[in-house]
Amino acid sequence: MPFALETAGLSRQFGGIAAAKDVTLRVERGARHALIGPNGAGKTTLINLLTGVLRPSAGSILLEGRDITRLAPHRRVGLGLARTFQINQLFADFTPLETIGLAVSERLGHGGDWWRVAGSRLGLNQDIASVLERFHLADAMHEPVSTLPYGKQRLLEIALAVACRPRVLLLDEPAAGVPEEDRHEILASVAALPEDVTVLFIEHDMDLVFSFARRISVLVNGTLFAEGTPEEIARDARVKAVYLGEEAVDA
Amino acid sequence: MSTAPGIVAIALADRLAQRARWQPVEIVFWAAAAASVFLLPGKHIILAEIAILALFALSLDLILGYAGIISLGHAAFFGFGAYCAGLLAQHHLIDEPVLALAVSGLAAAALGFATSFLVLRGSDLTRLMVTLGVALMLREIANRFDALTGGADGLQGITIAPVLGRFAFDITGHAAYVYALAVTFLLFLAARRLVHSPFGLSLRSVKGNPLRAAAIGISVNARLVAIYTVAAGYAGIAGALLTQISAFCSLDVFSFDRSADLLLVLIIGGTGYLYGGLIGAVLFKLMQDWLATMTPQYWQFWIGLVLVAIVLVGRQRMAGWLYCARGLVPDMLRRR
Repeated sequence: MPFALETAGLSRQFGGIAAAKDVTLRVERGARHALIGPNGAGKTTLINLLTGVLRPSAGSILLEGRDITRLAPHRRVGLGLARTFQINQLFADFTPLETIGLAVSERLGHGGDWWRVAGSRLGLNQDIASVLERFHLADAMHEPVSTLPYGKQRLLEIALAVACRPRVLLLDEPAAGVPEEDRHEILASVAALPEDVTVLFIEHDMDLVFSFARRISVLVNGTLFAEGTPEEIARDARVKAVYLGEEAVDA
Repeated sequence: MSTAPGIVAIALADRLAQRARWQPVEIVFWAAAAASVFLLPGKHIILAEIAILALFALSLDLILGYAGIISLGHAAFFGFGAYCAGLLAQHHLIDEPVLALAVSGLAAAALGFATSFLVLRGSDLTRLMVTLGVALMLREIANRFDALTGGADGLQGITIAPVLGRFAFDITGHAAYVYALAVTFLLFLAARRLVHSPFGLSLRSVKGNPLRAAAIGISVNARLVAIYTVAAGYAGIAGALLTQISAFCSLDVFSFDRSADLLLVLIIGGTGYLYGGLIGAVLFKLMQDWLATMTPQYWQFWIGLVLVAIVLVGRQRMAGWLYCARGLVPDMLRRR
């Protein structure tokens, strides 16, 4: 059985700088796979390569065994690959209802309907309602997104990706910037994702990584530096060195 | 929190459809337009011009207000439609005006489709220059092929048959105004339908955040091509209307001034709510008409001043002042 997501020799140069260098990564089906590494290690670049925002200089990407290296970003979504962004990328003048409605109607192939009034398909609306309920957004569904508290916007950021009903979901620092009192809501929503959805996520918060990930890859300077179970990574002296600096290892 | 999804779903349908419902002020607007047919019989010529400009501005609003594509060359499609209608009538290819109008609109839409690929990428500046360039090129092509287009003299000797075989154009402009108003209204209805549809919602998402729109599976380019094509068709129909009601067509239909004025009209009226182009067209033409009688030589000074004021002060703030002023007036009356 092919991997949910697989890269082979994936590289991307920016001028003289290699933001991704010969990355060969395999993500198993149903995985909870964390991608960690110091700032500037190329984690977000890797997500951008996987989703097609950036074109790789070399290498290939397989989604469930199918080569998607050259596909446009929106085509990859159609094949079951969705993502969230490190910095919220929402539609400021939309309501959460319109935001989720947009994604659901696009997924069901009605996004191009131009003669029908939006909201006139009841089956689709139930789909929208269940996403809004799951992410505790039903109460705020008529407020413009730009007026929502940051925690709610962060939930919507994730809900929007989930509304695409992906089989592989890429989360770019889901808890970034979320105030302490809202964190549990984000974590709970991530933990409640269906088991059969493959999740690859970037995170700096080690508590989150170690409580949620079943496999961890460490990225340093654009290359895969180490990979293993959380226990193996926690024990790895080289990883510690990268994260804490040399003196920590000496101590 | 624990409402059943089924109940919510029904509420959602209602709420999503709410934007699409007709507001009383909209009905008043169109009732006033219809009333002008009977109440202002002496003004039908300028009213027909206003209706055409309104349709043209509506077309620009579809791409600027709903898809974020700025254009300084929208006259390319207006002019293309105008020449199509002129040639169809001159050579008696299609005599019936409504049919000729539709064919001209389709021709302009085809040109819009072909040139849409030039505006997919790039910044606002790139788009300004590309659209401007396309309009300039078309103007010179029309100038060069004078055997067909009459060059700088324009298309001469066009006779336009009666609309639907019954309503003949005459010097009073009655038929012209009713025709232009009816076409503008019908195309407005279609545009209104379009912007409130799922397609319209996805256009707004593309305008707001193309990166995210693509990340939820929307083909950004396909949306932009589609709306640019539709808008070009609308502009072409506006141009064809002008040719038909004036029985004349010259290189002026492609002019840079026409594209620039159009942007002015839309900025006066406001973008992204469909009525901006219509209201802007009324204000612009009235202002032009009034100022031209007051100061024939310097009327553009005042248009310029209004433009600077609108852009710097902002329409919302001005609307706010009006609102405050409206509150103050009764106060002052009461004090007396």
